[in-house]
Amino acid sequence: MVPKIKLNLISGRTIQQGVSMEGGKEKPAYRNACGIIEIDPADFKKLGAWRNTNVRVTSTFGSVVVKAIEATQGPHPGLGWIPMGPWANQVINPNTYSTGMPTFKGTPVDVEAASDEEVLDSITLITRAVRGEL
Amino acid sequence: MAKLVTDVVCPFCGTLCDDLEVSVTDDGKKILDVYNACAIGAEKFLHSQASDRITRPRMQDEDGNWKDVSYDEAVEYTAKILADAKKPLMYGWSSTNCESQAVGTQIGEVTGAIMDNTATVCHGTTLIAVQDVGIPSCTLGEVVNRADRIVFWGCNPAHAHPRHMSRYSIYPRGFFTGKGQKSRKLVVIDPRCTDTSKLADYHLQIEQGRDYELFDAFRVAFKGEKLPDTVAGIPKKTIYEVAETMKSGRFGIIFFGMGVTQSLSKNHNIDAAISVTRDLNDYSKWSIMPMRGHYNVTGSGEVWGWLHGFPFALDLSRGFARYNPGDTTSNDLLRRDEVDAVFVLGSDPGAHFPFGSVKKIWGLPSVCIDPHITPTSAVCKLHVPVAFVGVETGGCAYRMDNVPIECRKVVEPPEGMLTDEEFLKKVLTRVKELKGA
Repeated sequence: MVPKIKLNLISGRTIQQGVSMEGGKEKPAYRNACGIIEIDPADFKKLGAWRNTNVRVTSTFGSVVVKAIEATQGPHPGLGWIPMGPWANQVINPNTYSTGMPTFKGTPVDVEAASDEEVLDSITLITRAVRGEL
Repeated sequence: MAKLVTDVVCPFCGTLCDDLEVSVTDDGKKILDVYNACAIGAEKFLHSQASDRITRPRMQDEDGNWKDVSYDEAVEYTAKILADAKKPLMYGWSSTNCESQAVGTQIGEVTGAIMDNTATVCHGTTLIAVQDVGIPSCTLGEVVNRADRIVFWGCNPAHAHPRHMSRYSIYPRGFFTGKGQKSRKLVVIDPRCTDTSKLADYHLQIEQGRDYELFDAFRVAFKGEKLPDTVAGIPKKTIYEVAETMKSGRFGIIFFGMGVTQSLSKNHNIDAAISVTRDLNDYSKWSIMPMRGHYNVTGSGEVWGWLHGFPFALDLSRGFARYNPGDTTSNDLLRRDEVDAVFVLGSDPGAHFPFGSVKKIWGLPSVCIDPHITPTSAVCKLHVPVAFVGVETGGCAYRMDNVPIECRKVVEPPEGMLTDEEFLKKVLTRVKELKGA
């Protein structure tokens, strides 16, 4: 059975996210910058997967395939980081609790290796997801 | 030969750097290089020159096939969906100039729209808190010249506002801060060890989502009262030490970001942050400032503030201005199926809204006005490319400290391309005809 780990997911800006966003969200560079999850080395051990393996991240609100990389701004055991963008927004908590603000930070997620699955580019991800094809 | 355009304003983040230099060809049609900008700002200028840029409006059919249409057809479709809708949502407004925001608001008035800007997923909770408890703030110029205590709480300017630290908050030598970084103490509060926290005198690696407790703990510590052994994962000794550092400064400032506004407790976190600032003014001079994201999200709040009294979540559907976050905010409206048309300008909800909201946009009559191809343009029925504000047209924008700055036009837009303001004026004229206004 594939090991599954639980993380607290947060999302936000990275400089690579900003640069690739301005360079064109339809380009592979945007997927490479934002279709990732940064995981602490301690959590990688529990996951039992190599660095740069594709993983499936699942929450109560959705599921998405991203590439797991080692935390670039760590250590932060127990925390997962997906840069802001359509990949993170497949799984974050959309509840606003009457403030208008979705809960982009602090969503419990399960992470499991999914090396056979592909990280989609942003346009394919969104256009397939809205049609219910994912 | 190339000519150099100086004092260019960067239209990316709320820092609104105004010292860029851009070299352009003699005919003023092509950007050759960008100087002084951060990596993101430079990319924004350079990407405007991309050879694969969309230059004409286009519509997609149900199967996702695109066909080019004229600007007149785009105006007609946009005006019609807004005029026909009972409750259209007009969202975005943060990556455009104040002049366009004003014209857009007129369209909203005529069509009875809900107007919302990107603060709704950014500093909307800050705006709620400011209305609750007020805000003691200052300009970034005062920070440069006076601040000797800098707190970054739940923000990472090294990545999100790359030149903020060099222009305003850490490195510059000001009138009373002649030693630059050496005259300042930096406190960073973040659940991750970020590239900003690596520069800090104190990094408090808080447990994610426990900001409210730590703000309150500081208020206790300022008064020298008792604390539990740890609060939000931070030992009480550290909290007392940092509290004393904050009290001992001559001028301090708290910059805060999405770590505080988007985590649970939301506006209450900001209430507490502002209360911390108020308490600190018993000992020294302190201010607090949100790290605004889009370069003119502050401006859209200002424009709506002076036109209708509310900075976001502005509901004009009843013929007068209403404001009720949680009710008149974009994501709540979309999730509850309460809008029947979507108009997006100067933002990308397709990438930055929770997916459930994006799916709702896809199911509605919708238009996206954006120079780029984005996930929003991919799910909208009509995509209207426009000139880049701050690159191909000028206009007013507001910096994160509410200082208005006039952006500069650097190059000509592609031939025949409209600006946001020109397109909106055409839509306004047509909407008035359709509504008989």
